[in-house]
Amino acid sequence: MGTTLRLVARRLWQLLPIVMFATLVVFLLLQLVPGDPALILAGDYASKERIEEIRQLYGFDRPLIVQYLSWFLNVLHGDLGTSLLSGAPVLELIMQRMPNTVLIAVYSLIIAAVVGITLGVLAATRVGSRVDAFVTSTASLGVALPSFWLAILLVATFALQLHLFPATGARPFTVNPGDAIRHATLPAVALAVGVIAELARQTRSALIEVLSSQYVRTLRAKGLGPMAILWKHGLRNISVTLLTLLGLAVNRLFSGAVVIEAVFAIPGAGSLVAYSAINKDFPVVQGTVLMFAVIVILVNLTVDILNALLDPRVAEE
Amino acid sequence: MDPIPGGREPRQQPLLDVRNLSVAFHDGETWGEVLTDVSFAIEPGEFVGIVGESGCGKSLTALSILGLLPPRGVRLGGAMLFDGRDLAKLSERARREVRGRRISMVFQEPMSALDPVFTVGTQLLETVRTHFKVGRREALERAVEALAAVGIASPRQAAAMYPSSLSGGMRQRAMIAMALVCEPRLLIADEPTTALDVTIQAQIMDLLIELGQRTGTAILFITHNLALVAESCRRMLTMYAGQIVEDGPVREILARPRHPYTAGLLGSIPQSSRRKSVLPSIPGRVPSLHEMPPGCRFAPRCAHVEPPCLVPQQLVSGRDWRKVRCRRAGELALPGAQS
Repeated sequence: MGTTLRLVARRLWQLLPIVMFATLVVFLLLQLVPGDPALILAGDYASKERIEEIRQLYGFDRPLIVQYLSWFLNVLHGDLGTSLLSGAPVLELIMQRMPNTVLIAVYSLIIAAVVGITLGVLAATRVGSRVDAFVTSTASLGVALPSFWLAILLVATFALQLHLFPATGARPFTVNPGDAIRHATLPAVALAVGVIAELARQTRSALIEVLSSQYVRTLRAKGLGPMAILWKHGLRNISVTLLTLLGLAVNRLFSGAVVIEAVFAIPGAGSLVAYSAINKDFPVVQGTVLMFAVIVILVNLTVDILNALLDPRVAEE
Repeated sequence: MDPIPGGREPRQQPLLDVRNLSVAFHDGETWGEVLTDVSFAIEPGEFVGIVGESGCGKSLTALSILGLLPPRGVRLGGAMLFDGRDLAKLSERARREVRGRRISMVFQEPMSALDPVFTVGTQLLETVRTHFKVGRREALERAVEALAAVGIASPRQAAAMYPSSLSGGMRQRAMIAMALVCEPRLLIADEPTTALDVTIQAQIMDLLIELGQRTGTAILFITHNLALVAESCRRMLTMYAGQIVEDGPVREILARPRHPYTAGLLGSIPQSSRRKSVLPSIPGRVPSLHEMPPGCRFAPRCAHVEPPCLVPQQLVSGRDWRKVRCRRAGELALPGAQS
């Protein structure tokens, strides 16, 4: 247990520099976007003096590094600032949008885990069969498919032709969970396909290795049935691989959400970032990127802790 | 003195009676027969050694008895009577009830033969609960008892450990405990000491002998090391190229081997009395499946080949309790082990 605690402490300590680096890079990239926020803020018919005044008021005239550090210091005090465009507190904006993104990401992860692992297990236990051939051939295809293209295809078929799911928008989960899930289904499926393909492939190869191992021969020699060998020993032995993959999938789902939310016109954190970046609303971009970074790091930390608990070999490292 | 050489009781029904066992694998084009006409019997409580070079079919014989051959691409012939039932004719489900309960096995590599993500105790109690309807606690008690019986000093602590935190010798003891926890009638030990240090080897051999005597479990001990058989077994089988070539009491075979291959193996044991001479070895190598000689399979490497050797040889019982697969066995006077 001591090793696990040390692991948590070390990871939490690493959080600070990673978050700082990520937000700094985004901040510098934003400078490349054409346009001047002071111009936008001042309005269409503002005088040159007025624009200069606004520039000084918001501190845009200061050196970039000073601007960045003052933002970061405020963050450390719990203040994410206000939106340049709407004047609303950034934290409030994120809190409005984030639930929609989290719903899609979690939903998509559940679909991917159930379908991907099932396909992988089916393929691994029937090597050379038709199921196996299907999984191995479509897995590479699934990884290569762009999710936005798939999204458009899904909308065309399931929303516009069959009217099974709404084509766009989102509903808050807390108000009407059923409706929220119906709205989130197509985006979640579009995001899940790539992860399903990856999971199925990796589950298959990891499980084939475990099932041909010497300890599985021992399990058979002691009279265990194939189901106990597969579901108890097989899955437990590949759980570290699976959890690590799911952790990586979370990163992928959040970055994929930016595009998918645009396709489905979902007011989520991804579309918030995209819209704010185009308009150089840097406090909002920074704040959202910070949130994404923290979520990704915490997910990876959870994965590491679970791995250490599941596999004594990981804990010993 | 035993009334019969080797201490075998003739009228007793054997525990395991393997008759004309053959195993062939399909390599995509043709069938290659890797075990041919393997026949031998094991009496209850007997300690029998199988000796032969790697690839001669010793381990395959063991896996056939347990029913652990791959499900496809295998052709099995002959019969394996265990307690009067033919194992080859049992359903997979019935075979599972035999495995680990009536017949169990210890493998060569204790490191890779235990599941790394479960504790030793969990793996032992799992074996118990596979075959007996008992609760977790009672199963764990039996597991701890089994660990104590194989000489693990603090069995309760060892049960809570993962295989990776045990030493090689401890792991093999845990494997033996797992094999014996359901008190099987037959234990197959496939090179159980090969992966261990020499001092640990001796401990594990002593343990097997002691457990065999104490529990009445028959042991089929598979090894390439004839010296280990000489020290521990009463009866031995020599295997060569998928066939049994000699079968008899160890003391008599050591003194007067009848098959030239057994004699060759005996000559290859390093002995302190001939320290200065070069260690003799058998010339040539084991024929592969596709170049198997039509007659005696050992003929290409044998120094005593004559025309009768060019037809297939049968395992023939002598008037004593010895069997040999060599037409010339009666006329040859082969040198035994010098001791």
